[in-house]
Amino acid sequence: MNCIKEKRQLSDNVFFMKIDAPLIARERKAGQFIILMVDEEAGERIPLTIADADETAGTISIIFQTVGATTMKLSRLNVGDSLAAVLGPLGRPTDIRGANGEKPGHVVCVGGGIGVAPMHPIAQALKAAGNRVTIIMGARNKSLFVMEDEMRRIAGDDLILMTDDGSSGRKGLVTEPLKELCEAGAVDEVIAIGPPIMMKFCALATKPYGVKTVASLNTIMIDGTGMCGGCRVSVGGKTKFVCVDGPEFDAHQVDWDLMLKRMGAFKPQETAARDHICNLFKGI
Amino acid sequence: MTAKERMAIEPQAMPEQDAKVRARNMNEVALGYTAEMARREASRCMQCAAKPCMQGCPVAINIPGFLAKAAEGDFEGALAIIRETSLLPAVCGRVCPQEKQCQKFCTMGKLLKDVDKAVAIGRVERFVADLAREKAAQSAGKGAPAPSAAAAPAARTGKRVAVVGSGPASITCAADCARAGHDVTMFEAFHKAGGVLVYGIPEFRLPKAIVQNEIDGLKALGVKVELNYVVGRTRKLRDLMDKDGFDAVFVGTGAGLPKFMDIEGENLVGVFSANEYLTRANLMKAYDEKGHDTPFWHGRRVAVLGGGNVAMDASRMALRLGAEKVYLVYRRSEAEMPARKEEVHHAKEEGVEFLMLQNAKRVLGDDQGRVVGLECLKYELGEPDASGRRSPVAIPGSEFTLDVDTVVVAVGNASNPLIPATTEGLEVNKRGNIVVNPETNMTSIPGVFAGGDIVLGAATVILAMGEGRRAAAGINAYLAGKGSAS
Repeated sequence: MNCIKEKRQLSDNVFFMKIDAPLIARERKAGQFIILMVDEEAGERIPLTIADADETAGTISIIFQTVGATTMKLSRLNVGDSLAAVLGPLGRPTDIRGANGEKPGHVVCVGGGIGVAPMHPIAQALKAAGNRVTIIMGARNKSLFVMEDEMRRIAGDDLILMTDDGSSGRKGLVTEPLKELCEAGAVDEVIAIGPPIMMKFCALATKPYGVKTVASLNTIMIDGTGMCGGCRVSVGGKTKFVCVDGPEFDAHQVDWDLMLKRMGAFKPQETAARDHICNLFKGI
Repeated sequence: MTAKERMAIEPQAMPEQDAKVRARNMNEVALGYTAEMARREASRCMQCAAKPCMQGCPVAINIPGFLAKAAEGDFEGALAIIRETSLLPAVCGRVCPQEKQCQKFCTMGKLLKDVDKAVAIGRVERFVADLAREKAAQSAGKGAPAPSAAAAPAARTGKRVAVVGSGPASITCAADCARAGHDVTMFEAFHKAGGVLVYGIPEFRLPKAIVQNEIDGLKALGVKVELNYVVGRTRKLRDLMDKDGFDAVFVGTGAGLPKFMDIEGENLVGVFSANEYLTRANLMKAYDEKGHDTPFWHGRRVAVLGGGNVAMDASRMALRLGAEKVYLVYRRSEAEMPARKEEVHHAKEEGVEFLMLQNAKRVLGDDQGRVVGLECLKYELGEPDASGRRSPVAIPGSEFTLDVDTVVVAVGNASNPLIPATTEGLEVNKRGNIVVNPETNMTSIPGVFAGGDIVLGAATVILAMGEGRRAAAGINAYLAGKGSAS
């Protein structure tokens, strides 16, 4: 179990891995995530989203960016290596519009950076439930897009690419086409996954139009089962746990500024740990 | 020995690390009795006919019986008597609130008009359990199984039992079911088994090697331990029975959902639940100087809110991880504190400053959202409330600010919603605790049993253990009624 079956480097610091995790592959639903550990003894537990799963093969796919010590260590593992722990699937599955007797509609999925990875199973499920799915993908430049082909298969012509430098698709932020779509008036729901700052601005963009907007939060966690409360956020003035109450919340109700601050709680330690690992790896 | 002679024996003090030294290290505070001390302390037991101590013990250990053996120096015999009713003496000897249980009723304490001079039952219990473990380790080399594994399992029944969680209730239930000959699998969400004994209670109060010894003992009994498996998510509880072939399930998932104060600023950076604070320190090894990847918040000035054992653990952990000043803020007076007396005493000795009859009103933050202070209110005691304790009443206009950069909230846990929310038909009460038959611990779903904090609300290790034991008896009876396996 937890053996790495496939590994691909997607860009400078973005990696794809397929991991043997048959129990998670069997149970996972769109919107859920995992917690993994690279080292057993002194390791850290980090939450990561599930990009895809194959129940028959018993594998799940993850896409991650090397941002801290654990993702750095993870990126150094290879096919055949095993992870110390993989726990999941965690969190409540996405409430798929149209799946519960509700009328399908037009859903706009906004994925920023590697936020496109967890969006993939959600967009798939939305499409399968009969929705029109428009996908907006944003990245700093062309080389940082992940799962573009998979997303095109779902959205077809309704795939909108946005880059900061114009190297692919339109030049600009994901909020621009999002506003245009809302302006046109044919959007029933928006789902945003990506860096918190992007999700915050997506929420601000849709708010004037009163379009239901859901964001999937990626806060700090330890156990992922409600025990520690480290992942808590303020939603509509109430304290919620991302791991058991989320990860998806009404983006218009989330206190984004507080969440951004909480996510930076351990920044100095994280930076020091990453630099330490970087130096170790340079020495090899 | 006459009663007078017994009364003349000086109560044996527990050898301890010096307060100043231990406040900066993670080693166990109480060092344990020597054999001679254990024998002397056990000799203080009057062997009175009424045995009031047994009524104070949640699992009714034959206390005068084991003390008589210990007084003779027959420590193995003493342990055998404890083991008739208790599975985790090395743990309970350390963490039971004895002064509110067995020792509260001790005749010797009554005669000497001081509960602190009661026979130190817990310390003798700890000694005999530790001695047996050390002996077993010596004779078998490293990793010797716990003596709990000594009793050989009965003939295999072919029945399969799933135990969800790996804390004290689950450990006890798993051991008793395995001894009855069932095929037991324990499921734990974390990467290490032991539940609150490993993530919550710190090393300086309960060395992790003792917990590991108990888990090894379970394995020696044939219990399979599945880590990184969260029942309700990795597999629904009903699927364990309907699809995976388990004949019975025990739910011992504990009270793992930290309560917060519902005050302004409680989500600021630097405010932690005691669960998170202690988990980072204990399970994720922030204390380990050899290095650890999980970051820890090294507060300089820490306020811990609450008056239970967890609050004591968190405040003492803060000292050990470098805090210069630690306040313990509790809204009642010391007499109402639910913590073990010994922990309160240790915390004070180590330098934790107790602020009684005071309570947090709001947490103050800077523009980075980081804690810069805690505004508190002073309280006075009013009329007794539903719990029989005098309820604290805020004194208007008594606000003052504590200069702290860290706030740890240790005001208890609510019941974890994960299993009830994912298990159709599982009855819970309005607080979210699973409802069980008080005799068998069976839930509203036939074949599904529950015990420990998920049933009781936040309670103690020994109560959880008693629940696990009763549930195991319930499971064994239920499975016997189901006839032989097909």
